[in-house]
Amino acid sequence: MFTDFFYTLKKRKVPVSITEWMTLMEALSQGYITNLDEFYFLARAILVKSEAYYDHYDVAFQKYFKGIETPSEISEQILDWLKDPLNRMTLTEEEQALFDSMDFDELLKELEKRLKEQTEQHDGGGHWIGRGGTSPFGHSGYHPAGIRIGGESRGRHAIQIAQERRFRNYRNDLTLDIRQIKIALKGLRQLSRIGIEDELDLEETIEATAKNAGEIELMWQRSRKNAVKVLLLMDVGGSMESFALLCSQLFSAAHSSTHFKDFHYYYFHNCIYDSVYQDIERQEAISTEHLLCIMEPDYKLLLVGDARMAPSELMERYGAINYYEHNEAPGIVWLKRIAEHFTHCVWLNPDDPRFWNHTTVQMTEKMFPMFPLTLDGLGQAVRRLVVKK
Amino acid sequence: MASSNGFDQFKGSSDYVTSEPLRNAVNVAIALERPLLIRGEPGTGKTLLSHSIARGLVKKLITWNIKSTTKAQEGLYVYDTVQRLNDSRFGDRDVSDIKHYIKLGKLGQAFASPEQVVLLIDEVDKADIEFPNDLLNELDEMSFYITETDESIRAVHRPVTVITSNAEKELPDAFLRRCIFHYIEFPDTELMEEIIRVHFPDIKNNLLHEALKTFYKLREMDDFRKKPSTSELIDWIRALVAGGIPHENISKEIPFIGTLLKKETDYDYFMARTGGKSQGRRRDLYGMLY
Repeated sequence: MFTDFFYTLKKRKVPVSITEWMTLMEALSQGYITNLDEFYFLARAILVKSEAYYDHYDVAFQKYFKGIETPSEISEQILDWLKDPLNRMTLTEEEQALFDSMDFDELLKELEKRLKEQTEQHDGGGHWIGRGGTSPFGHSGYHPAGIRIGGESRGRHAIQIAQERRFRNYRNDLTLDIRQIKIALKGLRQLSRIGIEDELDLEETIEATAKNAGEIELMWQRSRKNAVKVLLLMDVGGSMESFALLCSQLFSAAHSSTHFKDFHYYYFHNCIYDSVYQDIERQEAISTEHLLCIMEPDYKLLLVGDARMAPSELMERYGAINYYEHNEAPGIVWLKRIAEHFTHCVWLNPDDPRFWNHTTVQMTEKMFPMFPLTLDGLGQAVRRLVVKK
Repeated sequence: MASSNGFDQFKGSSDYVTSEPLRNAVNVAIALERPLLIRGEPGTGKTLLSHSIARGLVKKLITWNIKSTTKAQEGLYVYDTVQRLNDSRFGDRDVSDIKHYIKLGKLGQAFASPEQVVLLIDEVDKADIEFPNDLLNELDEMSFYITETDESIRAVHRPVTVITSNAEKELPDAFLRRCIFHYIEFPDTELMEEIIRVHFPDIKNNLLHEALKTFYKLREMDDFRKKPSTSELIDWIRALVAGGIPHENISKEIPFIGTLLKKETDYDYFMARTGGKSQGRRRDLYGMLY
């Protein structure tokens, strides 16, 4: 039953498995479902396990079940609407006149005809049934004799609910806010035993007690705490201006995450040379050499930048965009040193991956595993940072 | 295995208003005997749902609050070795019977209960990432094995299991596959009105509408660290009713704003946005921003 729906969901990237599908079949075979609306919620509760996929589900549902709602069902709604004189009173006099110019049956016939002809959802325009048009059918239209179908009514149908796509904002490939970034960063943890000994070590206690001929000897151990140290290097200014909001969100999330053992951040412009900076205005410099000395290789390095610059900025001596940097070594040498120094590093690129075929972006990508600065990308990057090497 | 009273068991209770999709999800979970995983914004009544289910179905509720240090084993049973060791030293209890030192955890109690119970596993995402996986088999089979006594505890009646999560951590896929999932949306105005009326049966219409209007306007402001939620709204209305505030004043000055905005920064931000009185420097700062 509905097997194609399963594949429609899969195609829409909803992670459904056979287990869940079998559960749905079990529920259906118990025979509690009497209509499409109930099916919509039942299937959603069983198949979709995160609000992030509710929207994908809505899209798939719409696609698969389109056309199940028969025209006659809708004309019944319209008939009901027409039967109620109160509804007609909401029209102005002019509208009334226009309304009367059209025969009811004519209106209905026309509607049914058009519903049959129409195969896609339609917004705008003057003929098809849809929204925002001047056709007499559909909602939010301008035709005074028009009939609102769906729209704000309370008794909504499953397809209409799906069409509303109210969960669009929960998709995690689109939106990023500080809380979400924080959750993603929570993945950056490696538990190890540090701090004072405040946890009873049972095994050791038993052993020690036994050795002590039954005289109880309590043994303690350190509790597990997160040992992850993070270094954040961010590209600021220039082409990064357009991503300023996104980057500042990432920064505040990382900065307010309390679970890191240590967190440092520095800024650079376009590429890293002899110095990195402690402030966005790039006044307080510290030498990159020094940075590599004080940062142990086990710091998890997050680089944020679009890696988009003139090839000379990356490849040439004295190539820095600020001439006063006088970099003796080209940027690429510094980047390589950094990539080799830290055992775990990733590059987060706020730019759309479609534009990554730029020379310098590709060269940077060869040195650092690069991920888009979206929730998915960040998640992947974080996983990359905690793999054991 | 279909039973006649299958699908419409849970109808909400007099003090907890549910939406239809949520009721459906609960009933599916009960009928299929799967755990129900509930997610949603803080303050949308995730925890209260299980209380309502317990009341609605007239069953006992067992709550297992998860903390960051909670381990799966604790929910099943704990073998109190230290106590036994201690007793053996002083010899004031019979230590030969290990059963005295096996204490059932919340999950164990739910299984062992002679009648069906509602089991709430609250904030499952607080615990270690592996925690849900450790419970997979137990929740699936509804049974576990006590090594020390060579006994199996099998659920007499499978408990109605409700699991809540704040999505702080991702839950493992294998765990998710076995659950029924529902995301509690923030209630719309109509549902909210119903909810408020449950708590304040004789609230005046004017007051309610003004309060709701103001409340949803506040929620539309995107920049709050913590948006006011249902529980805060209820507190606020309680304060309004107790204070006898005339409804015309509500939207103008928002009395008792402290019950709605819990963070100092939110409060300052709000004051700056609305031109209210706030102390000195910080206000200027926000004034510069907007």
